[in-house]
Amino acid sequence: MPPVFLERRSYRRRRMMDAWRLLPLLGLLLWMLPLFWPTAADVPATGEKMAMSTAVIYVFVVWLTLIAAAFALWSFLRASPEMGEDTNGEGR
Amino acid sequence: MASVNLLIVVSLAYVAFLFVIAFVAERAAARGRGSWLRSPLVYTLSLSIYCTAWTFYGAVGYAARSGMEFVTIYLGPSLVMLGWWWALRKLVRVGRVQRVTSIADLISARYGKSNLLAIVVTIMAVIGVTPYIALQLQSVTLSLSIFSAPDEADSLNRLVAGFWVAFGLAIFTVLFGTRNLNANERHDGVVIAIAVEAVVKLIALLAVGIFVVWGIAGGIAPMMERIDASPIGEWNMDRSRWVALTAVSAAAFLTLPRMFQVMVVENGDERHLQIASWAVPLYLMLISLFVVPIAVVGLDLLPAGSNPDLFVLTVPLAEGRVGLATLSFLGGFSSATSMVIVATLALSTMVSNHVVMPVWLSSRAEGAQVSGDVRNVVILSRRASILLIIGLGYLYYRFSGGGSALAAIGLISFVGVAQFLPAMMGGIFWRGATRWGALAGLVVGFVIWVYSSLLPSFGPGAILSVAVFESGLWGMGWLRPQALFGIEGIDPTVHAVAWSLTLNTAAFIVVSLLTFPRPLERLQGAQFVNVFDHSSQARGWDAARATSEDLMVMTQRILGPDEAQTLFRNEAERQGLDGTLPEPTQEFVQNLERELAASVGAATAHAMISQLVGGSSVSVQDLMAVADESAQILEYSSQLEAKSGELTRTARQLREANEKLTALSVQKDAFLSQISHELRTPMTSIRSFSGILRDTDSLGQVEKTRYASIIHGEAIRLSRLLDDLLDLSVLENGQVSLRFETGRLNDLLEKAILTAQAGDGTPLDIRRRHVDEAVSLSTDLDRLGQVFINLITNAQKYCDAENPRLVISVRQEGADLSVEFADNGTPIPEGARSLIFEKFARVSDQDGSGAGLGLAICREIMARLGGDITYVPGETGNTFVIHLPRREALAAQ
Repeated sequence: MPPVFLERRSYRRRRMMDAWRLLPLLGLLLWMLPLFWPTAADVPATGEKMAMSTAVIYVFVVWLTLIAAAFALWSFLRASPEMGEDTNGEGR
Repeated sequence: MASVNLLIVVSLAYVAFLFVIAFVAERAAARGRGSWLRSPLVYTLSLSIYCTAWTFYGAVGYAARSGMEFVTIYLGPSLVMLGWWWALRKLVRVGRVQRVTSIADLISARYGKSNLLAIVVTIMAVIGVTPYIALQLQSVTLSLSIFSAPDEADSLNRLVAGFWVAFGLAIFTVLFGTRNLNANERHDGVVIAIAVEAVVKLIALLAVGIFVVWGIAGGIAPMMERIDASPIGEWNMDRSRWVALTAVSAAAFLTLPRMFQVMVVENGDERHLQIASWAVPLYLMLISLFVVPIAVVGLDLLPAGSNPDLFVLTVPLAEGRVGLATLSFLGGFSSATSMVIVATLALSTMVSNHVVMPVWLSSRAEGAQVSGDVRNVVILSRRASILLIIGLGYLYYRFSGGGSALAAIGLISFVGVAQFLPAMMGGIFWRGATRWGALAGLVVGFVIWVYSSLLPSFGPGAILSVAVFESGLWGMGWLRPQALFGIEGIDPTVHAVAWSLTLNTAAFIVVSLLTFPRPLERLQGAQFVNVFDHSSQARGWDAARATSEDLMVMTQRILGPDEAQTLFRNEAERQGLDGTLPEPTQEFVQNLERELAASVGAATAHAMISQLVGGSSVSVQDLMAVADESAQILEYSSQLEAKSGELTRTARQLREANEKLTALSVQKDAFLSQISHELRTPMTSIRSFSGILRDTDSLGQVEKTRYASIIHGEAIRLSRLLDDLLDLSVLENGQVSLRFETGRLNDLLEKAILTAQAGDGTPLDIRRRHVDEAVSLSTDLDRLGQVFINLITNAQKYCDAENPRLVISVRQEGADLSVEFADNGTPIPEGARSLIFEKFARVSDQDGSGAGLGLAICREIMARLGGDITYVPGETGNTFVIHLPRREALAAQ
């Protein structure tokens, strides 16, 4: 049934827009996570330390994930019509 | 080793190449083939202006000193771009709708076009960005010094080199940025040049990174091992700096004048922002990707004490890769030049628009009336501003000693420009923000920044004495620049960020809450905050170019086609062109505006023309003036309307009065001729019979008596006629005095029938329903009786049926009482029906005894009594209906 199909699509598009809006919050959360990692000052010399390579990999993996997510959302929303109207309509 | 001279030649060639690209781009844009200049790719690459020489050299140095902390400078902007929907989207829309030319323009426009605010923001921006420009000079000079022979006098070389770099950049910027004056402050050539530079610096850094990882370390896994084994191999981070630097870099990404320029002012299409939301983080990630490996390898390979800020150059050089080092140098050079060009362009726009031009215009008596040479003055003031700003950068570079780490200098700038954030974000999200609030916030934040961040950056003893550092200003301990309010132990940068931004925001909010905005401010506030409600996603600015055709279309609507076409044709002839469309020269447009102003008012004309000519947008002042004019016109037209309505009414009354007078005159003539006719008939017979009586002697007694009785009858008829006339005249003039009595309707009818039938004995069959007549009423009974008698007499006289019959019926119709007199005679002919109530109207001459005044008198009486009498034609016979207001009847019951 075409009308139902269309409704689902615009509904999906709005939720994807929501996801795009929430993406920076996810990024903030993940990038602020290193605040809880033990640093050299906290841990006694013998204790378990965080390796720099792990930190580098973590930060860049989060980065890539966010970029990939933003790219996926952008291409999804670009493929569906009326995108401009949608974003305008909810811009209050 | 590559000589310095070779590098200078390479740099100059590179600059020439950029210049050619910019030139070609501007030519293409001017010919209308520049759509590719405004592609999302170019937009994204131009946003990489964020990555300056500080990134190119400084990030590696930063990583070598403090590990992963460098990445916060790129995490903040990535979050801002990913969250484009929240702030950037609105910022770009506001910028486009309001035709904002700089961040100072935005803030001043939001707070009621306050020039004071614009000046404050401009000064803050110049002071805030100066260290940043010094940083670029320092990095280029440092990188040059790496290539120079070690035996040269180093310190002298740096200052002189610094001067020449500054001079070269200034010339470059002047040539690039002020070749032409664009009303929209958009620079296609510059944007394309910085896009090319963005590619160069990314490739250069990636090339060095790839060389380091795969060329030196031998792959990713060995690289990771090397990282963990290095001096920065342990996770070590100051938590407060991690948060504060992410926040301040996010803020600076929005408020740096150069970022604002490329992000908002140069934005050609809002949709590019959506692409940039993932593309810019991607660019930032790629730029940061190899920073840690290069730092680790640099720390590993190079002797202790070598400047980590230059690892990007020294690592390839140490490995003998001169070509790679040269590419790397070009990358750093690109970063520095693009930043300096855009930053000084943005700042010079602000300085010239908000400081130089207002001063220059107010110093001239004519104000903005002068034409022609303003353009040159603007370009001159732009160029002077550029030289001033780069000169300030050079001075800072010279006096700060050029020795501090690049990252430290960059952060000072970031904190400085971040002070714009509360006023800017508050302005587009909070309608309650006021001019005084913005001013208070900016000044408080700025003062704290200068005192706790900028001045200490020169080092203890340079500007602030050592005593101030240790015991506070004027010996007050709570005023120590790096421990305000006595709170110690905070990292100096975090300290400056925390205090300046918190107090800035607090002052902004509190003062906004306490002050009252001006009308213009409130209007602008609504425009900014609700920008999505009244703006559509229109395309760029270029569509607003004035064309003669647009002007023609508009003028025709206002002046009408004939006049508009004549006007345009005359102008075209004057310009020596064929056809009707002239060139839209300044003079012509001004002329046109005056013509239109005559029709629609000056403010409206100005608003319309500027809408089409596209120079500046319609300001709120324009709109208010338009509203005033419209209100005046409306008021005037409503006055006219009222007057014309009054005139129409008066004319109608006059016409009615005239018709009445004419009718009365006709009536009077008719009356006179009627009355003379009526009087002459009996007079004639009286005269002739009295003549016979006088002249004839042989008349018998019988004849004498007969003639005398004829004379007597005629005299009676005459006096009755005169009585009736008198009666009617009294009734018509309203001089009659009514005598109200209470009586019963059946008694009244009884008496009237008796009176009417008293004379001759013509049999008339009168039928009544006595039950209905049992109504008591209070009216002038004699007059009403007169009416009844008249109607009954009429029936008696004129009813020509074989068995004349009169039916009298009484009906109570709601509030009224009606009495019907219906006979069975021949109905009155249709043509005569409208006349029967007129004076002297007689249906036929079958009986000359009536004067034709009876029904006229009846009508007058009924009108006096508050009722009426009507004639209702029936199939057989005539019916007269008397209506009497029930009021009269009820009053008696």
